[in-house]
Amino acid sequence: MPSTDDLKQRIEAAIPGARAEVSDLTGGGDHFRASVIAPDFANLSRIEQHRRVYAVFGAEIGGPIHALSLETRAE
Amino acid sequence: MSDNPVRDAITEAITSHDIILFMKGTPEQPMCGFSARTAAALEALGTEYAAVDVLPDPRIRAELSSISNWPTIPQLFVRGELVGGCDIVTEMYESGELADALGVHAPAEAPAHAPAAAEPGAPPLTIDNNLVDR
Repeated sequence: MPSTDDLKQRIEAAIPGARAEVSDLTGGGDHFRASVIAPDFANLSRIEQHRRVYAVFGAEIGGPIHALSLETRAE
Repeated sequence: MSDNPVRDAITEAITSHDIILFMKGTPEQPMCGFSARTAAALEALGTEYAAVDVLPDPRIRAELSSISNWPTIPQLFVRGELVGGCDIVTEMYESGELADALGVHAPAEAPAHAPAAAEPGAPPLTIDNNLVDR
């Protein structure tokens, strides 16, 4: 079961300069919310910012990570 | 037509409806909180939209995500373009961008914060689910 720390570390490792805060929405280890700030987001649309974070987890989204609610910004 | 009728039907649905929401369940009976919230934002703005329930056939979700490059449900499309899922639609509702994107004026009674679910008595909606094999 993924933990909030796992998700935070994976996001920060995959996206240069990213700072992430991850919470478990239900306590069940499968519905998460992440707030991600990354300089790389500066030139991306909101859709592209979210895609960038979803891409960190690939097919795990919808699988072990049932839901990942996102808030993203460049700084 | 290609040899993928589900994909063709999704593409057709997206191109033939100005505002179309792919969701779990229906606006009247959403089966997921994120879908409920997204439908409620559209209803609060009083806009008409088509809604497609992805649950009856897992191929709908798989093909939709392949077309949109977006892994989760719900997904809102406006004039053929993916606007986003629940988070983006909620943010846009609260900033006023959603009304602009939909080309509507927010009604005076629309709440400032996106409602978690539609109020009882919300207007009836066109449910357009032609994606299941007949």
